[in-house]
Amino acid sequence: MTSVVDVRNVSFAYGDSLALEEVTLTVENGDFLGLIGPNGSGKTTLLHVMLGLLSPDSGSVRLFDQPIEEFEAGERIGYVSQKATDRGGTMPVTVRECVLMGRFAHVGHGRLNDEDHETVADALETVGIADLADQQMNQLSGGQRQRAYIARALASEADLLALDEPTVGVDAESRDEFYRLLDSLNRSGITIILIEHDIGVVTDRANRIACINTELYHHGDTESFVESEALSEAYGKTGEIVHHHH
Amino acid sequence: MTGSKDHDHDHDDESSDTHETAAVDGGTAAYGGPTIRSRPSHLRRNIELIGVALVGVLAAAMIGFIALDWLRRYPGADAFGPLEAVYSATGIDPAAGYLFDQFLIAGEWIDHFLGTEVFQYAFMWRNIATGVLVGVVAPLVGTYLVHRQMALIGETLAHTAFAGVAVGLLFVAVTGWQGSLLYVALVVSVIGALGVQWLTERTNSFGDVPIAIMLTGSFAVGTLLISWGRGFMSIGVDIEEFLFGSLSVVSASGSRLMAALTVGVVAIVAVTYKQLLFITFDEQAARVARLNVSAYNTLLVVMTAVVVVGAMQVLGVILVAGMLVIPVAAASQIAHSFRETLFLSILFGQLSILGGYTFALTQSLPSGGSIIVVAIGIYLAAIAVSDRSGAAISLH
Repeated sequence: MTSVVDVRNVSFAYGDSLALEEVTLTVENGDFLGLIGPNGSGKTTLLHVMLGLLSPDSGSVRLFDQPIEEFEAGERIGYVSQKATDRGGTMPVTVRECVLMGRFAHVGHGRLNDEDHETVADALETVGIADLADQQMNQLSGGQRQRAYIARALASEADLLALDEPTVGVDAESRDEFYRLLDSLNRSGITIILIEHDIGVVTDRANRIACINTELYHHGDTESFVESEALSEAYGKTGEIVHHHH
Repeated sequence: MTGSKDHDHDHDDESSDTHETAAVDGGTAAYGGPTIRSRPSHLRRNIELIGVALVGVLAAAMIGFIALDWLRRYPGADAFGPLEAVYSATGIDPAAGYLFDQFLIAGEWIDHFLGTEVFQYAFMWRNIATGVLVGVVAPLVGTYLVHRQMALIGETLAHTAFAGVAVGLLFVAVTGWQGSLLYVALVVSVIGALGVQWLTERTNSFGDVPIAIMLTGSFAVGTLLISWGRGFMSIGVDIEEFLFGSLSVVSASGSRLMAALTVGVVAIVAVTYKQLLFITFDEQAARVARLNVSAYNTLLVVMTAVVVVGAMQVLGVILVAGMLVIPVAAASQIAHSFRETLFLSILFGQLSILGGYTFALTQSLPSGGSIIVVAIGIYLAAIAVSDRSGAAISLH
């Protein structure tokens, strides 16, 4: 197996406050990694470091076997951020336009051709929102909108899908559907990194779990995590555990 | 990182989500979602396309006029090397001066039929041409600015351009330089744009504090320079014309500048449309896709600075930001997609310019204020229309 993300001894601080300390972990091809930890534990920071949105203060990161500074193949990563970081709420952009953005990294300054539009149509079909293609993003429900972002990642033919609490504000039923979709994408070979505050969802879906609270408390398969003390150790420092059964 | 904010978005319509179950497998589920704006009809789309095409033809004609105006100035334009070659090869007289005269003769006919005294004068055409081009590029750049929530940047760069005009006045007075002081304003404005970009990147967001400092600061420097300059040299330019815009400010070189920057800006937006859209819509995802977000931001800000200097001639420093923002705000009220927003912005921008000119000319009032008032009229109409068709975005 080749590694998709390789994080070595990474530390990161916002000013004086340490967010990550000596974190080392590897995401292998085909993994479904659940990234969990209490509020403010550095989950999002770690994800941003993995994707190159933040540069670590020390340590190194490799993406698809390349040092992250030299990594240029942006189309290989699909990113679904926490809700409301985009302008989808106010800007008139259709679902199709949003999903087409997944092709931008492929075509650069060139024109989009029929194949690009076909890829987009296929992606919309896969996530089940083909009939919403001409609706505006700001008219979709939370669950539909996140599907559109997944479709964007599929349209870019990403090998790695990174999701930062994608189902915040999405009702329970749609959330189950959403995670079923992630499951099927993972089975088709896409590597997934998922930040999720609902630990039940993560232990149900992910095959690997990284539990962090500034430091890495656990990194391994899901069974060993459930049996370990990592959860209470990590959460013991701050905050409470969110745990729903499904 | 989670917590109470998790529930901020619970207003999303739940009934639509409950139907998603079937969609994963078949993608054919019926969505009983919220009242959704219907797709634009074919008719409406065609009208928009025709409108944009007409604006394109009008803009091309105006660029043509400015080009003729420029070429005819060369002594012996008739014997201009390449033109002469065209003449001997085709037998068609390419003389720019001749065509230019035909243009003004056509203008006389227009005046004759309309009972006006406008279109027979070259300086009026220069004005109208500059205005028409402003009506294309200001909303074009403004569409990205408004949705990046950078509307105040336009205002700031206009004030920087005012400092540029002040520097230009001094420069011209001291050196006796013959060129247009707009070129000096252009240079200063672009430097100001890069300064704004630098400041906002340091402060890590387009926060409004550095912008406000830049806005007032450059205006302060401009007024100081002009007052100081007046102390020991004669400055033969009415500052009020630069503040509020005037029909008499547009010079031949000013209109040439506008034509050149229009061609440049339209070409750049045509090439970078996708990238600018991506960083506008979802900057973080654009970063992950390895777009050079900071370079595109700089490009956008510099284009804004350039457009502002060109547009300042007809709109004035104080009002120029209106043309970047108001047509876009009107278009965003009723557009269904980003592409349509761009088209409608340009259409509304052009209507504001033409309507504003008509009003200004018939009432002998300044062009800047007239254009903005017409633009706001269109904006209010757009709000009214979008309410009537039930298109208001309901979150409840």
